Amino acid sequence: MLLAALLAGVLLACLASVMIGAKAVAVPDVLRALAGERSGDALVVSELRFPRTLLGLLVGVCLGAAGTIAQAVTRNPLADPGLLGVSAGAAVAVAAGIGVLGLTSPLQYVWFAFAGAALAGALVYLIGGTGRGGASPVKLALAGAAITALLGSVTYALVLLDVRTLDQYRFWAVGSLAGRDGELAAKLAPFAIAGLVLALALTPKLNALELGDELASSLGVKVGATRLLGALAVVTLTGAAVAAAGPVTFVGLVVPHVMRAFTGPDLRWLLPASALGGAVLLLGADTLGRVLDHPAEVQAGVVTAFAGAPFLIALVRRGKLREHTR
Amino acid sequence: MTLLNVKRTPGRVGWQAGPVGGVLRPRLAMVVLGALALAAAALAGSVSLGQFTIPFADVLAALTGTGSEDAALIVLELRLPRALTGLLVGCAFGLAGALFQAVTRNPLASPDLIGVSAGASAGGVAAILIGGVTAAGAGSYEAVPIGALAGALAASAVIYVMAWRGGTITGYRFVLVGLGVHGVLGALTSWLLARADIDQASRAMVWLTGSLNGRGFEHSWWAGIALAVVVPVVLALSRPYQLLQYGEDTALGLGVPVHRARMILLLAGVVLAAIATAAAGPVSFVALAAPQIAKRLAGTASVPLLASGCVGAALLLGADLAARLVFEPIELPVGVVTGAVGAPYLMWLLLRANRLGTGG
Repeated sequence: MLLAALLAGVLLACLASVMIGAKAVAVPDVLRALAGERSGDALVVSELRFPRTLLGLLVGVCLGAAGTIAQAVTRNPLADPGLLGVSAGAAVAVAAGIGVLGLTSPLQYVWFAFAGAALAGALVYLIGGTGRGGASPVKLALAGAAITALLGSVTYALVLLDVRTLDQYRFWAVGSLAGRDGELAAKLAPFAIAGLVLALALTPKLNALELGDELASSLGVKVGATRLLGALAVVTLTGAAVAAAGPVTFVGLVVPHVMRAFTGPDLRWLLPASALGGAVLLLGADTLGRVLDHPAEVQAGVVTAFAGAPFLIALVRRGKLREHTR
Repeated sequence: MTLLNVKRTPGRVGWQAGPVGGVLRPRLAMVVLGALALAAAALAGSVSLGQFTIPFADVLAALTGTGSEDAALIVLELRLPRALTGLLVGCAFGLAGALFQAVTRNPLASPDLIGVSAGASAGGVAAILIGGVTAAGAGSYEAVPIGALAGALAASAVIYVMAWRGGTITGYRFVLVGLGVHGVLGALTSWLLARADIDQASRAMVWLTGSLNGRGFEHSWWAGIALAVVVPVVLALSRPYQLLQYGEDTALGLGVPVHRARMILLLAGVVLAAIATAAAGPVSFVALAAPQIAKRLAGTASVPLLASGCVGAALLLGADLAARLVFEPIELPVGVVTGAVGAPYLMWLLLRANRLGTGG
């Protein structure tokens, strides 16, 4: 029921994202574009709006799913994908790409962002996973915070030493779907799908982990391996999202909390719900951003924060968010 | 009856002299003293080292008013206010981090993550963008500390009011509401930066990194007064502070007025973080790392309060010294170095603790 409603929400958000913008497009033109016609408004739709909507869909799904898994793996409700060092890794790689190698377009940053995200995630896991008991939630979270701070310093240094780098970096860092190349979604889709499949496959085991490590292992779950694979899913999904849109804040953090109020803690339901909810939030935010400051745009990353926070605060105040961990 | 009763158990020494008594933890005391010594060394280094090295004897002469005019100018006008600001701000960040982490019982709760610094950032950047540009860098904007303080206090007030329900504030609600506010204000800051003219954006970026450049005595006064007001309050609440870390039920059972103590301690943390950020910019990592470093050095189960403050002071001042000296004559903002120095150290501590099997 909830999933059906969310699916309908995603479709509506997609439609809105295609129709609304600097130039409003009517439904018939959208249908003509879908039928393959390439003239007038149909051209706007098929050349600009479709790729952007697809990209938004991909980023939203990835972030919603990644946030859910990150919170389950670290068993910390504060965990968002950025916490495992992933966003910071992407940021430092992009800043280095711009500053040192002179890259100029998001299509060129993509693989830098992805590689940076993956390396930082792996490093966090290595540091957090040493010692007895493997990667415990607190160790992972602390290692993530430490790596984030370290990489953040490098990013700041790169950006501060060169104004030109800052000039490009600040538009990437705000998180936006504007001006992205049409091929981007197709390039990143394999990673997103692989991450989603892995995450879905892990949900029963991650459910067991929520009971605590001892209980989970007595239920026959390999705790260390599950956590490692979970972290892998987080890195893949977040890497794809960050590479596509920059560090969009808040989707990965808020959506799982909001959805948990409806689905309860069972990850088998929570994960798909969060993925769809992430897509609704991100597409809605992107569409709204196009209207708000017309003819300029408010970047999607800004709108998601302003839209997500009141939701989170209202849920906290109504006591819907219990301390489901510890 | 003997005058002084001493009872030893591993890791602590209990003493009693007449009606007063207490527990002495030698290792914790060593950490406090060691951090203080490091901070003092960094203070001395900050005052005497730099583009013009001033021997320590000349520094003392300048302080007593008997040295040369040049040395007096450099020491009294430039280096001493900056070093004092760093010392006090670092201490305030360390204490604020310890308070947040202890009360919320979450090692990631620090003003960097739950909205206070983000409020200061948005306020400070807005002040820079609205206030226009002056020549000497972001540190000399009159309006910036005011904007930052207003932003931090406004953000804290929103967090405090929104987390308030049923006559109390729980640590969990405080953290989650803080995260929400942090997200909004962080996005607002990025947006302001992306809209701004590039010159202003790069100045704002220096301030956002956190810098002690050009700080005067007025900044150290701010931090000093905040510490002087807050520290006695917090020390008076040191028993609730300790017991809250064992969980609400335990603390209640031991007779702690949990709700009141928690609210006062959180308020104290907010005030310290807000004023420290106003004075030095949102220096990252000190408030997050200092309590964790202090805890691991002292080997305590809970987050030690005073040791966190001392470690914070040593960390920030040491980082500022490194920021000035390493890439001379280019001076990096201190926030770049706190991360670069503090993070590997925290990682090493984590790795060591993990190897010994006491991590997490």
